[in-house]
Amino acid sequence: MIREEVLLDFTSRFHADILDLEDKSNTRVYVTITPESIVRIGTYLFRNIGARFNIATATDLPPKIEILYHFIVEDINLLISLRVFLDREKPEIESLAKEIEAFNWIEREMSELLGITFTGHPDPRRLLLADNWPEGVCPLRQDYEEWDETVDRTRGI
Amino acid sequence: MGKTIIPIGPYHPLQEEPEFFTLTVEGETVVDIDVRIGYNHRGIEKLSEMKTFENSTFVVERICGICSTSHPYAYTRAVEDIFPMEVSMRSKYIRTIIAEGERLHSHLLWLGLAGHFLGYNTVYMWAWKLREEILDVMEILSGNRNNYAMFKPGGVRRDINAEDIPICLKKIDSIVPTLVMLKKAILDDPVLHARLKGVGILSYQEAIDFSALGPTSRASGVARDVRKDSPYGAYQEMEWDMIVTKNGDVFDKAVVRILEMFETIKILKHCLNNLPDGSIDAKIKDVPPGEGIGHIEAPRGETFHYVKSDGTNRPLRHKVRAPTFMNFPTYKATVEGQTISDATIILAAIDPCYCCTERIAVKDVKGRMLYNGQDLIKLSREKTEKIKQRMGGK
Repeated sequence: MIREEVLLDFTSRFHADILDLEDKSNTRVYVTITPESIVRIGTYLFRNIGARFNIATATDLPPKIEILYHFIVEDINLLISLRVFLDREKPEIESLAKEIEAFNWIEREMSELLGITFTGHPDPRRLLLADNWPEGVCPLRQDYEEWDETVDRTRGI
Repeated sequence: MGKTIIPIGPYHPLQEEPEFFTLTVEGETVVDIDVRIGYNHRGIEKLSEMKTFENSTFVVERICGICSTSHPYAYTRAVEDIFPMEVSMRSKYIRTIIAEGERLHSHLLWLGLAGHFLGYNTVYMWAWKLREEILDVMEILSGNRNNYAMFKPGGVRRDINAEDIPICLKKIDSIVPTLVMLKKAILDDPVLHARLKGVGILSYQEAIDFSALGPTSRASGVARDVRKDSPYGAYQEMEWDMIVTKNGDVFDKAVVRILEMFETIKILKHCLNNLPDGSIDAKIKDVPPGEGIGHIEAPRGETFHYVKSDGTNRPLRHKVRAPTFMNFPTYKATVEGQTISDATIILAAIDPCYCCTERIAVKDVKGRMLYNGQDLIKLSREKTEKIKQRMGGK
């Protein structure tokens, strides 16, 4: 399997779901896809192509929220990043964790830090934030404001 | 029989990541495990958005006290990935030397602690004695025993003096005979075979499903190493082997780490002997808008950094993923069905910071204290002792 074959197979199979493909370098490809297709494309990459799931990274880019799912195909040293844009007011996407165990923690993390809902997640409990952290306050959103009047988090900045 | 809940954690200053385990046990058998992790790294992600690209290097260096170089290495590679940039061969070699020195002392640290908790204090003493030699080498090369502050986007901050190289080589050579002795003592010990084989097995398929990394995956037969899969630094410049075993139990995880140390020494010696000339700094002026990914093989597995730039002098988003984030959840597959006396070593086998076990306490349902950390270590040692006696040892 070589790089071109993987990309060709991938783009022809999912051409209806791919909105944009940025061939950045030999080892990096960024593919923008529709949010509805994430489970189909993600499981295909993981199970059929045999890619390893690196991690997902979510960024708040008003008026959208962007999630990048990074997969690496180790045999050909190709890092495929699936990019989806969600509505910032009501970010919601289907969970991959119900198919693949490796997505479990990172989806819990993103839902806490950026307020994204992963529908069908098998274990949507809180993972990182303290128990007294209020619901709906997302620390990695751009408009995050200090909610706790008793702390001073501005030291040294 | 009633179920008992064992809380472990959540905070210890020496832990790589803060974590809180809840083990549910029935009698001696662990029937369920639940983990909650803290947010040290997440604070750093937010903090990094307020620092310049150069300053973030030092912030991420403080994420972990043991593999302190893996984060700046992954971060600088992520910044260098935003726009095409050539890093000089000399700085690639120096980066490799620092990263491998760190792998060597990290594996020795793990080996010592694993020995300590199994009741093999001789292993602990020997491994940590050898580790001191490596820390000395790191001090000669960088000026620090840990937190080397050698990395910067575009190169390294300090050069290696030619007159220091023979001293370092001599120190590295001096530990090899002892390391060989230690390897034989551990791998040929019948008690350790009986104690660790078949304990806490992570199958090949589970390693794939959890996307396990580093020695944890290699012990389960998944040939996965960023240094081989996505070559970086100077790793293509010399011959070395990836150590892969297939059983996935605690013993194999130890084997992978022990044999890996010899490969690391090979890489270190090649780099020190063949350090090319050249500049060490590419001098970055501005980082253009864009995004970059940097990933490297830390002692515990792949460290992954993602940096998004909007053209200012600060990252718009900086995501940090330590290898333990992917390796932690494998506990679910390895600990369940095992006994409490094995739980400690299984939890240690993926090489998180082991100090968390000092915070173990076993309570019954009414909250009365049954065991504390010391008692559990004692249980673990007693099991080794029993096996020794059964096998007719002394």
